[in-house]
Amino acid sequence: MTHAIEARGLMKSYGDVRVLRGVDITVSGGSVFALLGPNGAGKTTTVRILATLLKADAGRARVVGHDVVAERSRVRRSISLTGQYAALDEQQTGIENLRMMARLSGLNRAGARSRTAELLQRFELTEAAGRRVSTYSGGMRRRLDMAASLVAEPSVLFLDEPTTGLDPRSRMDVWTIVTELAGSGVTVFLTTQYLEEADRLADRIALIDGGRIVAEGTAAELKRQAAGERLDLTLADAQAYEQVAARLGPGIARRDPSRLLLGVPTTGKAHDVRALLDAVDPESRLVERFAVHRASLDDVFLALTGHPSAKEPGHV
Amino acid sequence: MSDALTMAARSIRLSARNIDALITALALPVMLMLCFVYLFGGAIDTGGGYVQYVVPGILVICAGFGAGTTAMSVSGDMSGGIVDRFRSLDVGGTAILAGHVAASMVRNLAASTMVFAVALAIGFRPEATAGGRLAAVAILLAYILAISWIGAAVGLLAKTPEAASGFAFFVSFLPYPSSAFVPVETMPGWLHGFALNQPLTPVIEALRGLLLDQPVGAAPWQALAWCAGIVVAGMAVSAALFRRRVS
Ligand SMILES: Nc1ncnc2c1ncn2[C@@H]1O[C@H](COP(=O)(O)OP(=O)(O)OP(=O)(O)O)[C@@H](O)[C@H]1O
Ligand SMILES: [Mg+2]
Repeated sequence: MTHAIEARGLMKSYGDVRVLRGVDITVSGGSVFALLGPNGAGKTTTVRILATLLKADAGRARVVGHDVVAERSRVRRSISLTGQYAALDEQQTGIENLRMMARLSGLNRAGARSRTAELLQRFELTEAAGRRVSTYSGGMRRRLDMAASLVAEPSVLFLDEPTTGLDPRSRMDVWTIVTELAGSGVTVFLTTQYLEEADRLADRIALIDGGRIVAEGTAAELKRQAAGERLDLTLADAQAYEQVAARLGPGIARRDPSRLLLGVPTTGKAHDVRALLDAVDPESRLVERFAVHRASLDDVFLALTGHPSAKEPGHV
Repeated sequence: MSDALTMAARSIRLSARNIDALITALALPVMLMLCFVYLFGGAIDTGGGYVQYVVPGILVICAGFGAGTTAMSVSGDMSGGIVDRFRSLDVGGTAILAGHVAASMVRNLAASTMVFAVALAIGFRPEATAGGRLAAVAILLAYILAISWIGAAVGLLAKTPEAASGFAFFVSFLPYPSSAFVPVETMPGWLHGFALNQPLTPVIEALRGLLLDQPVGAAPWQALAWCAGIVVAGMAVSAALFRRRVS
C-alpha cells in the first residue's frame, strides 16, 4: 500500500534558527495522524511543507504519491489546508466565501452553488450564511474555515491546530467533524498542543519538539514507551541503588539517584510486580518501598521532551 | 484566467464594502478639483479657463489614490492566512494580484466618471472628437493599469498595510512636479528636467490635448510606451516579490 504522506529528513532554517532538524513522517491512507508538540516546535512549518506552501531546505516529501516540490500542482489537487489562523474574508458573507473557494477549486457556477449549500448545511451554518464573517463567533469561523477547505473534496486534509482558542463546545464540534471525515475515508493530518485531542482523534501520534520527532506510535504504544504502568522502587541506600540498577540494566524508565528511586515498566498486575521484586531483590533487603503509577500521555510528553505539554483550554 | 476573474470579483466586492476607502476614492478627487478650480485656479494663468486645464491632472491624481488602496489591500492579504488557502487551491500569485488590479481599475473608472460629471457641471467643455475621447479613455486606462501594478508591487514590499499606505501619499505627490496643475515653464529651472521627462507629463499632455482637441504630437505614444513599460515591469517585479514573500 502506498502511503498518503511520506516525509524523510525534512530540514528548514530561518537564518540561524533551525526550525526543523530532520523530520520523518509516514501516514497511511484514510487514517488520522496527529502531530503533537508545544509552541514553536515546528508544527506549522511541517504542515506548510507537506501542503506545498513552503520549500524545505533538505529532505523530501510525497503526498498521495506525488512529490511536494516537483509535482506541486498534482499534490494541490488532492489536498486541502485549514491553517492555524482563519483564512476567510471578513467582509464577505459565509456563502460568498464558500462560493469563491468552490469556484477557485474548479467547480462551475451551478456546482459551486450546490456544493456551498451542502457544506453550509453540514456545518450548521445555513442561518448565518448571509452574514459577513466579521460577525461570526470563533467556533462559527472555524467551522466555515473547515467547510472552505472541503469544497474540493480533498483526499488529504491538513488541519493546523483546529481547536486552539475554541471553547469546549466548539472543540467537540470540530472533533465530531474530524471523526466523520475520517469515517468517510479522508486522510487527516492534524497538529495540536493537546494530548487529549491527539489521544481522542488520532490513529497515530508523533511528538515533535525542537524540530525533531521524538516519539511516534499509537497512543497506547506511546504510553507504553514511557512505561504504561511504572513501578517506582525506592532503594534502601546508595549501594542498593547501584546494585538494583545493575540488575535492571537497560529496562529502566526513570532514574533519580538523589531520591534513590528507580522506575521500571510493568503491567501493574500483582503477579508481575511480585515477580519483578523477587528478581531484583530476592532477600528483601534492597527495596524499601514501591509504588505503581498509571502513566498518562502527559508522562510520555514529559519523559520524551523534558517539559510538560500545554494545559487544556476552556477552563478560564 | 477564470481564477483571475473570481479573484477580481472578490476584490471588487471587498472594495465596495470598504466604505471609508470608497468615499475617499470617490470624494477626494472631486474635492481636490473644486479646490483647484475655485481656490487656486484664479491665481494660475494657463491661458483659458482653469477647469479646462486641470481635469487631466485630477484624473491622474485620482489613479494614484486608487493605487494606494491597491497597495494596502495586497499587503492586507499577504499578512493574513488567505493567500495560503488560495495557493493550496493552486491559484497563482499573478491571478491573486490581477484581481486586486482589476478592482483598482473598476474603482478608478467610477472615480474618474465622478470627476468628469462634476467637471462638466462646473464648466468643463471637452471639444474632442469621438476618436479623441476614445484615445483619452485608452490612455487613462493604461495609466491606471500601470500605476495599479506598481501599487501591487508596493503592497508586496510593505511589511504592513499601514506601511503600504505611505505609498499612496508619495504617489499622490508625483503629479505636482509635472504639467498637471501648472505649466512647467512657471516652475524653477532645476525642476524642468524632471517635470518634462517624468512619465506623468506625456500622460497629462496626451489627455489634455485629446480632450480639448489640441495638437498632441508624440505625447499619446510616449504615454502608452511609458505605461506599457511600467505594466510589464510591475507584473514581473510583483511576480518575483510574490515568490519571495511566500517562500
Ligand atoms: N518566517 C519565519 N521567519 C523566522 N522564524 C520563523 C518563521 N516561521 C517560523 N519561525 C520560527 O520557527 C519556529 C517553529 O515555528 P512553527 O510555526 O512551525 O511552530 P509551531 O509548532 O506551529 O508553533 P505554534 O504552536 O506556536 O503554532 C518558531 O520558533 C518560529 O519562531
Ligand atoms: Mg503553528
